[in-house]
Amino acid sequence: MSHWIAACDVDDIEQEDVLRFDHAGRTYAIYRAPDDQFYATAGTCTHEKVHLADGLVMDHIIECPKHNGRFDYRSGKALGAPVCVNLQTYPVKLEAGRVWIALADA
Amino acid sequence: MNHSAPIIIVGAGHAGGRAALALREQGYAGPLLLIGDEPHLPYERPALSKQLLLDSQPAAACHIGSAEQYLTLAIERLAGVRVAAIQPQSRRIRLHDGRELDYQQLLLATGGRARQASLPGADLAGVQLLRTLDDAAALRPRLQAGQRLVVVGGGFIGLEVAASARQLGCAVTVLEAGDRLAARALPPLISAKLLALHHSRGVEVRLGCQIAAFRGDGSVNAVELADGELLACDTVLVGIGIQPNTELAAAAGLAVGNGIRVDARLRTSDAHIYAVGDACEFPCPVSGQPQRLETWRNAEEQGRHVARSLLGAADAYAALPWFWSDQFDHSLQLAGQLQAAANCVTRALPDDGLLLFYLDAAERLQGACGWGAGNSIARDIKLAELLIRSGKPLPTAALADPASSLKSLLKGVASV
Ligand SMILES: Cc1cc2nc3c(=O)[nH]c(=O)nc-3n(C[C@H](O)[C@H](O)[C@H](O)COP(=O)(O)OP(=O)(O)OC[C@H]3O[C@@H](n4cnc5c(N)ncnc54)[C@H](O)[C@@H]3O)c2cc1C
Ligand code: FES
Repeated sequence: MSHWIAACDVDDIEQEDVLRFDHAGRTYAIYRAPDDQFYATAGTCTHEKVHLADGLVMDHIIECPKHNGRFDYRSGKALGAPVCVNLQTYPVKLEAGRVWIALADA
Repeated sequence: MNHSAPIIIVGAGHAGGRAALALREQGYAGPLLLIGDEPHLPYERPALSKQLLLDSQPAAACHIGSAEQYLTLAIERLAGVRVAAIQPQSRRIRLHDGRELDYQQLLLATGGRARQASLPGADLAGVQLLRTLDDAAALRPRLQAGQRLVVVGGGFIGLEVAASARQLGCAVTVLEAGDRLAARALPPLISAKLLALHHSRGVEVRLGCQIAAFRGDGSVNAVELADGELLACDTVLVGIGIQPNTELAAAAGLAVGNGIRVDARLRTSDAHIYAVGDACEFPCPVSGQPQRLETWRNAEEQGRHVARSLLGAADAYAALPWFWSDQFDHSLQLAGQLQAAANCVTRALPDDGLLLFYLDAAERLQGACGWGAGNSIARDIKLAELLIRSGKPLPTAALADPASSLKSLLKGVASV
């Protein structure tokens, strides 16, 4: 089972950008794609524990701020060394001007 | 010549490990042998001066690939084995134990070794170097709260260890012979930021400092300066740079300058031998001048590139130089070339951050250097890399203005 959590306002993120969201001791990254779709992934890189929200979003790719590990944030897919483990992704919905992500119940 | 002989990689460090994995990714299915004199799996070194000291992070977190992975991929590993000689004519190497092995092609990824200070007392216990996992394991227990550490050399390794040791509660003094920190790599403005940060966190930094000797009875207990002053200490870390491991190549008659000479494909003066990483000197993609880099990205990217070269690809290695350093809660990143720039534009950032842009006479970006809290400058340095690659003239006023986004500059450049 999962539950929806409001992560931020739609207007908090610019197009083609990313925002860090911390909740219940974990960290997430929320993305707004160039086509205005929203996505959510785990907040830290799978290479080292580095916050992806400091990285660069270009199209549908987030590039880690540390060693340029790249992920497709829609699927979480790791796109090659030094990252080889995919990012966890989370369902996203927009409601009442806010971005909600579905987190698994603890 | 033996066609079924393996591709042999000498040096199972970062570049060697990456090249082995990349050869399989590129579809090479023939025999492949990775030989290294360290007892470990290939690993990344940056954490040795940072997380590994601070969090006692397990060594496995730095590994490149796992033992199972090398097994599955049929990458044979000889660990703890030293290659003693290369015979290019017969395409054969000799191991330290006298065994001889034929190769089809050879990759030298021998890296470098930490330079030892040529001072009296350098052989005392407690005078440490830092290059390997074993070095880090020997250093870590010496950095208990209350211990006194003297760092010789105000370069990156020395400053990173100083920051880690300080965070662990040690009393730390950094001794640097030059008049500023990390002068070889960094612009003066960033050296000044580094100095201010270290001072503010209680590291004593002495510039223009000459050392006479390490003193102690079996174990080091003081550093003696040229003016006779004695600095009491429990441990000394010598961080005065590395010596590239080029002797094997030189003895085999390969061209060697400040590193093992390679062409743009990373091939040495012998048609069947390639070299990568800290050990090699390759033509700068911009100036064509031979350059040797000692960075994580260079090892990573050259390791991947050479896999393609070994399999016949003709393209030139053209990655931009890039590196980072983390100290306390700050980081710096540098991309491209700073030397030979005609003009430097400074952008001040909130929280004492700083971006420096280096432009040529036609106002095209050549290099950029950033300094700030956390990874705050990472995104801008990535954008700077893309702006460098674009090769387009840039408006300097916009570069200097913290309110103007580099991303929109890039998009503007792209659409011109
Ligand atoms: C403490 C530390 C911190 C660092 N931090 C950063 C950082 O923050 N950012 C950054 O960009 N870079 C950093 N670096 C630099 C980076 O780690 C190196 O550039 C990189 O490791 C070079 O890779 P390499 O494969 O060329 O050499 P290495 O990783 O040194 O590998 C070479 C290997 O070859 C072995 N070898 C040599 N000769 C022989 C032989 N004859 N037979 C068998 N084996 C042999 C060596 O023992 C070694 O294991 C750091 C380095 C250190 C030491
Ligand atoms: S921490 Fe993300 S690529 Fe290394």
